[in-house]
Amino acid sequence: MNASAWQMLFDGAWTTLWISAVSIAIGVVAGLIIALIRLARIPVIDQILVLYISLARATPLVTLALFIFLSAPTLGFGLDRSVAGILALTINTTAFNAEIWRSGFRNFSRDQREAAMATGMTPWITFRRIMLPQMIITSLPGLINEMSFLIKGSPAIAVIGVVDLTRVTNRISAVTYEPLPPILVACALYMVIIGALVWLQRLAERRANRLAT
Amino acid sequence: MSNWDILWQARDEFWTGFLNTMQIFGLSITAAFVIGCFMLYLLEGRPSVGKLSLRVFIDGMRMLPFLMLAYLLYYGLPTLGVRLDAWWAGVGALAVYHGCYFAEIFRGSRLVFPQGQIEAAQAHGFTRARMFVRLILPQIVMQTRPLIGNQLIYALKDTAFLVIITVRELTAAANSLSGTYFIPTEAFLVVIGFYWAVSIAMEIIIKQCGRFGARRGLDHA
Repeated sequence: MNASAWQMLFDGAWTTLWISAVSIAIGVVAGLIIALIRLARIPVIDQILVLYISLARATPLVTLALFIFLSAPTLGFGLDRSVAGILALTINTTAFNAEIWRSGFRNFSRDQREAAMATGMTPWITFRRIMLPQMIITSLPGLINEMSFLIKGSPAIAVIGVVDLTRVTNRISAVTYEPLPPILVACALYMVIIGALVWLQRLAERRANRLAT
Repeated sequence: MSNWDILWQARDEFWTGFLNTMQIFGLSITAAFVIGCFMLYLLEGRPSVGKLSLRVFIDGMRMLPFLMLAYLLYYGLPTLGVRLDAWWAGVGALAVYHGCYFAEIFRGSRLVFPQGQIEAAQAHGFTRARMFVRLILPQIVMQTRPLIGNQLIYALKDTAFLVIITVRELTAAANSLSGTYFIPTEAFLVVIGFYWAVSIAMEIIIKQCGRFGARRGLDHA
């Protein structure tokens, strides 16, 4: 492999990273909002959200990415490849994050909520000042775990033509006729990215355990 | 003729794709389960260099996207002189990849396995292999049931990646139909429905297994 092949691999890694990062950022916030809406138990909306979460968790990312990218033009709006990729990853990860946040709500200490109510805090202040700061710490290990699942699923966007870390190996081997070296380098790069997340998850778990004791 | 009529006439294509997906899924998770159990058995006993390298291998697999392993088997192996067709490369990659996840799930449960049972079995003269098959494995498999169920759904979703290495499975069927008739929305909705139905069916089966486990006394709090 020459210098331009290395350059292409790093560009591919960068594409994977920024697309995943945008989807994670949107997905974590959207998951929290969906978890909050589900707590309110609004009749029809609640059932729609349950259906969405069940469907999004069962649909493979590849299928979802193809579905969004191919059917957007027939519904009247064309989508950029990267935007379609981000949309697919976000729809998938939001559903998982919503469940993580919801279990954070369910396990939140009842005593603290009652104490907040007794001192006259409004529900919004209770959420903002008491629940959210603690829930971020307790849900973080689960959220980071979901982030590493998202990166492991991100090669799905290669199917709609985004040149990510997976697809770039095809480009390189089309020139060099040696597929093995770029694939091995791409594997190593993925391991670095996901290994970093696993390490972060351990740190987060240690902090969460300290809070629990 | 409406779009749905076109799809109904192409139902054979969906059905072959679905059967192919289920074949790949069934074969690979069976193999993955056996690989997972076997790895757990290899990890039994005192630490050694072999066990340490197996642990490193398992952790390495868990840091890799599934598609990269499929790429390694399908595009990488021919350089070393081994040529697999796409179908077998896909099944092999799924089996090894999810086998490692199964091994890790079992290992987590093995760590908290009551030591007293093992000492009792040794006192009764069980050999290592017999003790593993009759005593340790059944309890660990039943206890890790919810995690296994999750992993099965991940494995089902990973079969869709194989469309990228040209396996003719369910997602490939929708892709080719939407290319031929230009009705992607409907074609993919049908396929998503298939995946959804299979994962709901799996969730129900896992729940039923729970009842069986409770009856046989394999669950303890």
